[in-house]
Amino acid sequence: MPHKTFFAFILPSLIAMVLFIALPIVSVVVQSFHVEHGRILVEVESCQPFGGCTKETRVDTAAMAALKAEQPMGQFNGFGTYLNRGHLAVNEIGAILANNNGFGDVVTRIYNLPFYKALSFTLVFCFVVTPLAMALGFAIALAVNTLPKVTKGPVIFFSLLPMIITPLIGSLILYWMIQPNGIIGASLRHIFSDPTLSLRQSPQLTWFSLLFYGVWTNAPFSFVVFYAGLQTVPADTLESAMIDGASRWERIRYIVIPHLAPLATFVALVQLMDNFRVFEPIVGFSAEANATSLSWMIFNDLAGDAQLFGSAGATSVLTIIGVVILLMPVLVRTWREFNHKVV
Amino acid sequence: MKPFLTLAVSAVALALGAGAAYAECGIEAGSVRILSNDFEALRLVNTTAAECAADGVTVTANATAEHKNLQVPALSINPAEYTVAVVANNSIVPLLNADLIRPLDDLVAEYGASLQPNQLIKIDGKTVAVAFMGNAQHLFYRKDILDQAGIAEPKSYEDILAAAKAIKDAGLMEYPLAASDKPGWDLAAEFVNAYLGTGGEFFAPGSAELAIDNENGQKVLETMKALTAYMDPDYLTFDANGIQAEYKAGKVAMMVQWGSLAGDMLKGEGAAEGVVANTVMAGAPTIGGGSIPAVALWWDGFTIAKNISDEDAAASFQAMVHGISPEMVAANPTVATWLVSGYEPGPNAVGVIATANAGARAYPMQPYMGLLHTALSSELAEFMAGSEDATQALSDVKAAYDTAAKEGGYL
Repeated sequence: MPHKTFFAFILPSLIAMVLFIALPIVSVVVQSFHVEHGRILVEVESCQPFGGCTKETRVDTAAMAALKAEQPMGQFNGFGTYLNRGHLAVNEIGAILANNNGFGDVVTRIYNLPFYKALSFTLVFCFVVTPLAMALGFAIALAVNTLPKVTKGPVIFFSLLPMIITPLIGSLILYWMIQPNGIIGASLRHIFSDPTLSLRQSPQLTWFSLLFYGVWTNAPFSFVVFYAGLQTVPADTLESAMIDGASRWERIRYIVIPHLAPLATFVALVQLMDNFRVFEPIVGFSAEANATSLSWMIFNDLAGDAQLFGSAGATSVLTIIGVVILLMPVLVRTWREFNHKVV
Repeated sequence: MKPFLTLAVSAVALALGAGAAYAECGIEAGSVRILSNDFEALRLVNTTAAECAADGVTVTANATAEHKNLQVPALSINPAEYTVAVVANNSIVPLLNADLIRPLDDLVAEYGASLQPNQLIKIDGKTVAVAFMGNAQHLFYRKDILDQAGIAEPKSYEDILAAAKAIKDAGLMEYPLAASDKPGWDLAAEFVNAYLGTGGEFFAPGSAELAIDNENGQKVLETMKALTAYMDPDYLTFDANGIQAEYKAGKVAMMVQWGSLAGDMLKGEGAAEGVVANTVMAGAPTIGGGSIPAVALWWDGFTIAKNISDEDAAASFQAMVHGISPEMVAANPTVATWLVSGYEPGPNAVGVIATANAGARAYPMQPYMGLLHTALSSELAEFMAGSEDATQALSDVKAAYDTAAKEGGYL
């Protein structure tokens, strides 16, 4: 294809990508380097229906408007926001490492910092949910593939349900089911004969529920992709393996899995990216006390009465960097395979 | 607090109310665009204001729970997307900080004859908002349960703890208490409430320096934690609606709940037998032997955007004055605790009024209060879950607040 034609083809999507992906990211990066102007405070008298009049501090809006007109982005703060306690907490970590009572103390105190608390759950979610969901999806795909034609349609539909449901609704449904008077919560109490058992009260059980939800909601995606992949497994290879006396497990191990390996890379890539942005289950499960994620931190910065755009921007950039680091091994591998094929 | 309670149901109001099929707002032309939170009382005000629509006068209203996120961008553009922003103590602050609302003194003088002086929110001598309803958390309790345990109405958190112990010991209820301790806005509000009750100030006078790391702060956290011993172990997942449901189900004997949910409680939809009939609304409890109710008082009021034409501003002001008119209030006394003249408090307002009369303090309006609220909302969770002590929690709050306040330009 001539370069010109190729360019004409790709131009619309290129424009869309620049407008809707590149520019917003640039704006977030720029935002993250800035903080608000120093507020000029004045004491004024304020009167309310209750309690009469009191002296209160207010922002001097006229003076602030002048500052803002001069520097609309606010003050340049460089990497200040990235390094503060809300993010990488460099000073705090330095203090902890310089003065502590052993390894356990270091871990507890670092975990007490909001960014590292969120990062730990995010990483655990990523690395527990992704492989488990892929394994479960693969198992479902294998099972569905052996079903007779008549039942395949409905079974596929039901297996896809967790993915079709909006994540927030899905997590709310599961959350209500694990409540003490919900079907799962009540059954667990009965099984363990512990009338005070509640999946929501301890950090461990909350994490367990969130991970369970993650596997439940992520499995269908792996299932669909692997199921499609299974249709392309060469039938004659399978047949010859059967003639050679290979068991079902051996056929899966030595024919199906190698055949699907490139697909697995793709699924892992997408799932890791998705799971690194875990957010909905935390809100849906009301789990903020025990588990937070990087996306939840961004939400928290923007949802309060006072919005911190710089802080949210810095967390967003750190999330992007995190995604890139996570995907590095997979990307490197894909790149090598690509080169290999060309040669 | 006298005007708040005036029972002057004026003959004028009744006379006007009789013929109010067609609203006569006296607006000649203009566009009224209202942005408000989404609950019954505000929807009522919006629909009443919409009666002013006529030839050349359009009235539209957007009642949404996302109003706080919309208001600043929507009022920053010129002309503003909304001419009226309905706000409360906390949500007026971003509008004031960004200078997006206009002083209302001229409009009040010209069109505000039906307003009472205590409805006017004044800052630096200028009226910036007109309040029309009040709200506060206060005590809801089950008289039958307390009677069985032989306890009188609790007046303080210490009484509540003693009562909870008695109820539990008597085997009447396993978890007699409930509070909206869900990390986030609710949990932070619980702290702010109790801290107001100690009489302490949140900030050093005249600056944004945080001042809660003291014995008052310790006392508040201690009390909040002590209460959880008598709560459902899932207390960290309950917000105001959650405890409302638990209480209605008959599982809770005492809770400090929003006055704006008292009407819903008295309606009793979905409540177990005998719960509503035995529920008493009382003033909010005090804390640590103090005399100030340990809750924040809230007002809801309207503001008029700065970036709109004077004609639209006048039309909006008149429409809103009609929306909160004494006739509307006389027709709907049970919907809210109105601050409007001629309001006769119904059974749903008893608790809020008792709380206000006992001298509760208003939710602080400092420009940096929102930052503190956010810091509290995420940093108290570990303390409440029991994995951190009060000293650590308070120092975490201070660290989180300082970080945010530096970024916000306040420190």
